[in-house]
Amino acid sequence: MKELRLMKGNEALAEAAIRAGADAYFGYPITPQSEIIEYLMAENPEERTGMVVLQAESEVAAINMVYGAAGCGKRAITSSSSPGISLKQEGLSYIAGAELPCVVVNVVRAGPGLGTIQPSQSDYFQAVKGGGHGDYKMIVLAPATVQESVDYVKLAFELAFKYRNPIMILSDGIIGQMMEKVELFEQQPRLTEEFEWATVGKKPNKDSVIVTSLQLQSEEQEKVNLRLQAKYREIEKNEVLYESYKCEDAEYLFTAFGSCARITRKAMEMAREKGIKVGLLRPQTLYPFPVDAYRNLAGQLKGILTVEMNAGQMVEDVRLAVNGQTKVEHFGRFGGMIPSPEEILNALEQKIIGG
Amino acid sequence: MNEEIIIAGFGGQGVLSMGQILCYSGVMQDKEVSWMPSYGPEMRGGTANCTAIISDEPISSPVLNTFDTAIVLNQPSMDKFEDAVKPGGLLIYEENGMTRKPKRTDINICSIAAYDESVKMKNTKVFNMIVIGGFLKVKPIIELENVIKGLKKVLPDRYHHMIPLNEEAIKKGMNLIKEENKLN
Repeated sequence: MKELRLMKGNEALAEAAIRAGADAYFGYPITPQSEIIEYLMAENPEERTGMVVLQAESEVAAINMVYGAAGCGKRAITSSSSPGISLKQEGLSYIAGAELPCVVVNVVRAGPGLGTIQPSQSDYFQAVKGGGHGDYKMIVLAPATVQESVDYVKLAFELAFKYRNPIMILSDGIIGQMMEKVELFEQQPRLTEEFEWATVGKKPNKDSVIVTSLQLQSEEQEKVNLRLQAKYREIEKNEVLYESYKCEDAEYLFTAFGSCARITRKAMEMAREKGIKVGLLRPQTLYPFPVDAYRNLAGQLKGILTVEMNAGQMVEDVRLAVNGQTKVEHFGRFGGMIPSPEEILNALEQKIIGG
Repeated sequence: MNEEIIIAGFGGQGVLSMGQILCYSGVMQDKEVSWMPSYGPEMRGGTANCTAIISDEPISSPVLNTFDTAIVLNQPSMDKFEDAVKPGGLLIYEENGMTRKPKRTDINICSIAAYDESVKMKNTKVFNMIVIGGFLKVKPIIELENVIKGLKKVLPDRYHHMIPLNEEAIKKGMNLIKEENKLN
């Protein structure tokens, strides 16, 4: 039976991790996502499903515990906020290189450095363009509601095991802290499957399994890179998710992800009331990016405004997607400031319609 | 119906839980709701506020700069949010501890002596429920029966014996609220 509850984004996400049949959560507290580990500690899922919840001694330790659990073919998840996610980058690169599945949640706050605890989207580049070293990609899911925070945990585990790849849920302080109605999915069983690639003890009649991201021979490393790239092309073909509102007759387009997309939707409604034919395209996966969705719309548009809580990051991917076919400008607030629908509408009128 | 409310006061006055109770009550009445707290450093020992939206339609932005209703429980909150009430909107303030009256003339203004009443009721914890009662008298967007259902969801089981007292507090608040400025 499905249940309707009023929950905070962080708490709902934590409950979703238990229900998705996760084997382990490793994390370290940081505002604005500490409710995830608090909820898990209070809920004690070890009694419900046998799921392990552990507060590690640091973010670096937590991601390497995830690496270990993933190497054993277990469903492992960690969460943090921006400065903590920076600390996890080495581990993420190793996990991507070793081709292991895991889920990483980033409830973004403003930076650089320790920055502030208020919401931001300034980790877009870090999430989408690598973050750690080496030519790797993570599927990046961007929830805009508490409901999506829940649904994407389940989806993230499915994708992680489908592609044996780290998956990031890129949330932010607004989605993490706000309460909304949420429908929780039923408890999923924990994994019982023993994967060929997992290190669960050598069988007498089988070769030992080695999980590593180290290839000393260039020829071998290039093979790994080619295999990874082929996997990323598959992901780009199969896993794009986006939502569009009122794009059919649109002459202008707003585009935004996560919490910013909700505020922008309000600006779109205000613009429509003024008779401006504007639509909204909301990427739900930031990698793979919905390139075709922009490309298909570009011909009918007089301009696109990206709205982001950063100094202009996704705008670069939108420009690449439309490849000069239409004007693309950016409007952003940063440092934990949240744009108002009024200033977004004003930016559309100044930068796109009047510009 | 789309009601955008800011509730602000000192930490410990029950500001955040007022918003949660209103939202849970909204859920009980089949409304769309969103609740967004201030979680900044000001929460620690200073002012706290939350935005509660109760609507017939899906809610776009959970973060707002202007509001249909501001419920302010101390002077710093009135100073901060009086100007954020939309023209024609509603400002409710708790009399105790205010050093000045609101200045706006283009909004409806009500006051409530909730703290004094809670002292009379010998339980200052129901202070925020008296204020909710006052709000629901002026804007009856949620039925009392659904507020009680909402309370059952918000309060842990061990506090359910307090629900009749909370119901009484809401009814007291409904009688207590005073109109200070009413627009035609």
